[in-house]
Amino acid sequence: MINLRFNKILKANGGIMHLDIDCAINKGDFVTIYGPSGAGKTTMLRIIAGLIQPESGTIEVEGKSWFDANKSINLKPQLRSTGLVFQDYALFPNMTVKKNIKYAQITNSNQDTFANVVELMNLNDFLDRNPSTLSGGQQQRVALARSIVSMPEILMLDEPMSALDMEMRLKIQDYLLKAHKSFNLTTILVSHDVGEIFKLSNKVFMLKDGKIEKQGSPGDVFAKKNNSGKFQFVGEVLNIVREDVIYILTILIGNNIVKVVADESIANDLNIGDKVMVSSKAFNPIIQKLV
Amino acid sequence: MLTLRLAGIVTAILLLLSIPLAYWLSYAKTKFKPIVETLVSMPLVLPPTVLGFYLLVAFSPNNKFGVWLEEWFGLRLIFSFEGLVLASVIYSLPFMVQPIYSGFKNLPTNLKEAAYVLGSSNFKTLYKVLLPNIKPSILTGIVLTFAHTIGEFGVVLMIGGNIPDKTRVASIAIYDEVESLNYAAANTYSLILFSITFLVLLTVYLINGGYLTRYFNDKS
Repeated sequence: MINLRFNKILKANGGIMHLDIDCAINKGDFVTIYGPSGAGKTTMLRIIAGLIQPESGTIEVEGKSWFDANKSINLKPQLRSTGLVFQDYALFPNMTVKKNIKYAQITNSNQDTFANVVELMNLNDFLDRNPSTLSGGQQQRVALARSIVSMPEILMLDEPMSALDMEMRLKIQDYLLKAHKSFNLTTILVSHDVGEIFKLSNKVFMLKDGKIEKQGSPGDVFAKKNNSGKFQFVGEVLNIVREDVIYILTILIGNNIVKVVADESIANDLNIGDKVMVSSKAFNPIIQKLV
Repeated sequence: MLTLRLAGIVTAILLLLSIPLAYWLSYAKTKFKPIVETLVSMPLVLPPTVLGFYLLVAFSPNNKFGVWLEEWFGLRLIFSFEGLVLASVIYSLPFMVQPIYSGFKNLPTNLKEAAYVLGSSNFKTLYKVLLPNIKPSILTGIVLTFAHTIGEFGVVLMIGGNIPDKTRVASIAIYDEVESLNYAAANTYSLILFSITFLVLLTVYLINGGYLTRYFNDKS
C-alpha cells in the first residue's frame, strides 16, 4: 500500500498552482496519471522519487515513511526504492547498454534478474552497443530495463511513449505490461493517450490544476454514462462520412481501422480526432481461434 | 624547462581544485554563489600586476603572515618557485574552472537525477556519470590552463622576479633578452613559445572537433 498525501506550491508559466495530492495505490496496481499539460503530473512523480521536496504532508510506502514533514523525515532519492523512466530516457551516453543496466543493479542482487530483464526486453543483441546508436524504441527498452532491474517498489514512467510512432508505442506498451506482470511491479504512468490507458492500467487519477479530480478504473473515469457493454474499445475518429440517412465513422482502435455506423445525433457531436469508446452490447461476438 | 614544469604543476593542482569548485558552482543553491563566481573570474580582467602586488605584500617576510608561513611551513613564497606556483594557480583559476563549469551546466540535469534515482551517491554520480560526459570540457580546461601559465608574465615578474633556474620562466627571459638588446636569443625563446602554444591549442581543437577519432576510424 502506498499512501500519498502532500502539498506543494508550484510557480510555473507566470501563475501559481497549488499541487494538493491525496491518494492511495495498492501493491501491484498499474496506475495512470492523466491530465492536461501543467496539471502537475511530472511534479507528482518527481516528488515521489525524492527529486522535489513537498512543503507538507506524508509519503508512506509499504509501512515505511519516505517523507513526513511533521517528523522531518525526507529520504534521499538514493534511499527510495523507485525506478523512474524519463521522457527522453536519460541513458548514460558514456556507457554501453549493458553497463547502463548494470549501473542500476545493487551489487548483491542476483545475476538472474539481469538476465531475465534483458531477455524480457529483448535486448540481448544490443548489450555492447552505445545508446546513441539505438533507435528511440530500443533506447526506451534500455531505459525501462535499467529502471526495473533493481526491482523497485514503485516504477514510474513520465510519458515514456510520447516520442515514439504508433507501431513502436504498441510494442513498448506490450513490453511494459509484460514487465509489470512478470515482476509484480507497482507502476505509475503519466500518459495522454486514452487507448494506452485502457490497455495498460487498472486505475486512473485524473489530475487538473494540481488536484485529483476523478479517480477509478479507466471505464469509470472516461466513459460519460454508465455503460454495461460487453465489448468496449477506445479509439480515435479518423473520418466521418454521410451516407443517405446514416453516418459512417472510420475509427482507429489500436492499430486496426474499423468502420462503424452512427446516427446523426452522435455524428454531429463528433469531430475528426475525437477519442471515442466503441462498445457493443446486445450481440454475441463470434470467436475464431487463430492458427 | 622551468616554464613547462611550472605549467605542469599548476595544471595538476588546478585540475584537482577546479572539479569540486565547478561542481559546487553548477549545483549549489546559495546566496554566495555570485560572489564566488566573481572572485573566480576576477583574474580574467584584473591586471596581473595588481594580483602580483597583493601577493607580494601578503607573503613578504616583513609582515606577520609572511613570517608565520616561514616559521610554520618553512615557506618563503616571494622570489621562489613555490610562490610562482601559488600565484599562477590563482591567476589561471578561471581558465580551468570556466570550461568545467560550463560542461556541467550543459549536461542535461536528468542524467544526474537518473543516477540518484538508481541509488548512486553524489560522488559515484560525479565520478561515473558526470565527469566522463564532460571530457572535452576537462581537456579544454587542462590545455587552456597549461598554455596560459606558459604565457603569463606580470604576476611572475612581480612575485618571482628574475632569478635564473628558480623563477626565470620563458616569458621573463624574453623580456630580459630584449632589455639587453639581445634580439637573437629573444627571437629563439619567442619562437619556441609560439610553437608550443600553437601545437597545444591545435591538439585541443583536433580532439574536441572529433578529427582525430575520424582519422583513426577511417584508417582501421
